[in-house]
Amino acid sequence: MTQQQTAGPPSAGQADLAEEFLDRQTPLSRIRNILHRYPAVSPALVLLIAVVVFSLLNERFLRVENLSLITQQVSVVGTLAIAQTLIILTAGIDLSVGAVMILSSMVMAQLAVNNGVPAPVALLAGLVVGLAAGALNGFLVTRFRLPPFIVTLGTLNIFIALTLLYSNGATVRGSAMPALLTWTGTTFPVGPVRISTGVVMMLLLYIAVAFILGKTAWGRHVYAVGDDKEAARLAGIPVNRVLMSVYLAAGAVLAVGAWIQIGRTNAASPNGGVDLNLDSITAVVIGGTSLFGGRGSVWGTLLGALIVGVFRNGLSLAGLDVLYQTLAVGVLIIVAVSVDQWIRKVKS
Amino acid sequence: MTMTEFEAPHVATREPILQARNLVKTFGRVVGLDGVSLDLYPGEVLAIIGDNGAGKSTLIKCLTGAEVPDTGELFVSGQQVHFKRPQDARVHGIETVYQNLAVSPALDVASNLFLGREERRAGLLGSVFRMLDTKGMRTKAKDELTRLGISTLQDVTVPVENLSGGQRQAVAVARAAAFGSKVVVLDEPTAALGVRESNQVLQLVRDLRDRGLPVILISHNMPHVFDVADRIHIQRLGKCAATITPQSHTMTDAVAIMTGAATA
Repeated sequence: MTQQQTAGPPSAGQADLAEEFLDRQTPLSRIRNILHRYPAVSPALVLLIAVVVFSLLNERFLRVENLSLITQQVSVVGTLAIAQTLIILTAGIDLSVGAVMILSSMVMAQLAVNNGVPAPVALLAGLVVGLAAGALNGFLVTRFRLPPFIVTLGTLNIFIALTLLYSNGATVRGSAMPALLTWTGTTFPVGPVRISTGVVMMLLLYIAVAFILGKTAWGRHVYAVGDDKEAARLAGIPVNRVLMSVYLAAGAVLAVGAWIQIGRTNAASPNGGVDLNLDSITAVVIGGTSLFGGRGSVWGTLLGALIVGVFRNGLSLAGLDVLYQTLAVGVLIIVAVSVDQWIRKVKS
Repeated sequence: MTMTEFEAPHVATREPILQARNLVKTFGRVVGLDGVSLDLYPGEVLAIIGDNGAGKSTLIKCLTGAEVPDTGELFVSGQQVHFKRPQDARVHGIETVYQNLAVSPALDVASNLFLGREERRAGLLGSVFRMLDTKGMRTKAKDELTRLGISTLQDVTVPVENLSGGQRQAVAVARAAAFGSKVVVLDEPTAALGVRESNQVLQLVRDLRDRGLPVILISHNMPHVFDVADRIHIQRLGKCAATITPQSHTMTDAVAIMTGAATA
């Protein structure tokens, strides 16, 4: 990396020796440098090992029906994890993603089924709810300069309460649900596997967000803001505008998640958003995105979401109690964050 | 206190690029700047020295738009300007390298050079999909570094955090030099650097001057100041105590003026 420096004038010989010494790499630090440059390598390895182990434990694991089931199980959390990635890249965290998704799905279903609103309008209303929730989070983070953790802890409770008030705690069930809302749950065969529309939608979102983050100025600014806010400001980046747009984009992604959720469960239920919050954070963290911001990618997050899905599915196929799934996910989070901390020590 | 102006003959006849007249800046009851004037001529390195609290940083902030002076006037190439924020100064071709560097560690060298001024692809990819011209920016970054004679940065795709302190400083200076069309301001550029890296940065300052770009250099390091500066503006207690040259005064004289033990 800095080898070119070692060829200096003879008068600087002392410094060269010292630098050469510092540059000497152990095999471990070489691995660290590789992981530092390609953060998606470690989750890919974990996923590969998990798949091999679970297919040895139970031969049903690798069957196409099971693999198709895993992708569908992952589609909702995988979508929420995109929103979570955007926010964590800015060195924030969003505890309200699950609650926003549930609120949005309740609005979509309730309007369409109970209020007789045309399905496209109901869908649009759900999108507006997602954007409004994102705007509220973004407003509180940028204007009042509150830590995102506190802001979204508050809005998490607010959105849960709003959902329960709005729905009277009742689940909206499928029979009267318009076809457009459950379209995301329809499946079609791709070779031997059945893929749901929701999964395709999630994958398209990953491609779109990966492009935006990697290839546009906005994406670069998101990384810069998460990396060092003050440096970004001094470089002329409108930090608050970038943060606000990130929360809005996350809200829009969550509304798509709500749509996928309705298709997958053929219902909209006011309960159960909290698990999704933590699973989305888990997917992002396992995927190698740093909780300290500015580092990571959505492809890592997709791998992280798949790892969570594979662990949950594989452990239950192996006949282990659901408690062990939770235990395994907990261990995964701690290992992933430890690895991230270790990687960040590169040449600091 | 007598105020003496020493100017090298070759700059005295030219019109200043940046002019400040009677800048006053107060923070509550604390007087940061008490009527400071300053002229910066084309192709010179003007060092600003002073003890802690003498008003160096405040002066620089007023010149670069980070602070708005209470009273006083600023002129760029003879035109009066009013800087409300750093962006305004940038528009007038004044680029600043801040003491805390203002680089994004996780982004690579080329991304940092173009941070906040990214260039997009030509055609639909750029206008509709807003796609960055990564390759083009890398090529330009490499050209700019070569033009500045920064040989320690060969690979513009390396994340800045993998660089040494001097190389990071070089990135920050290169960014200022690439976009600063009129003035480059360097705030304590050698403060955190070793001997060899400091020399590289000082050479960079000389190169900028030789290309005709005037440089304002804030530093605590007397040898560095006397090494590269054409003129030295000494701040003391919110005022300009003197403007000297390395030829007219010694380092000891400068320190004496700085601390109030002597006048120019």
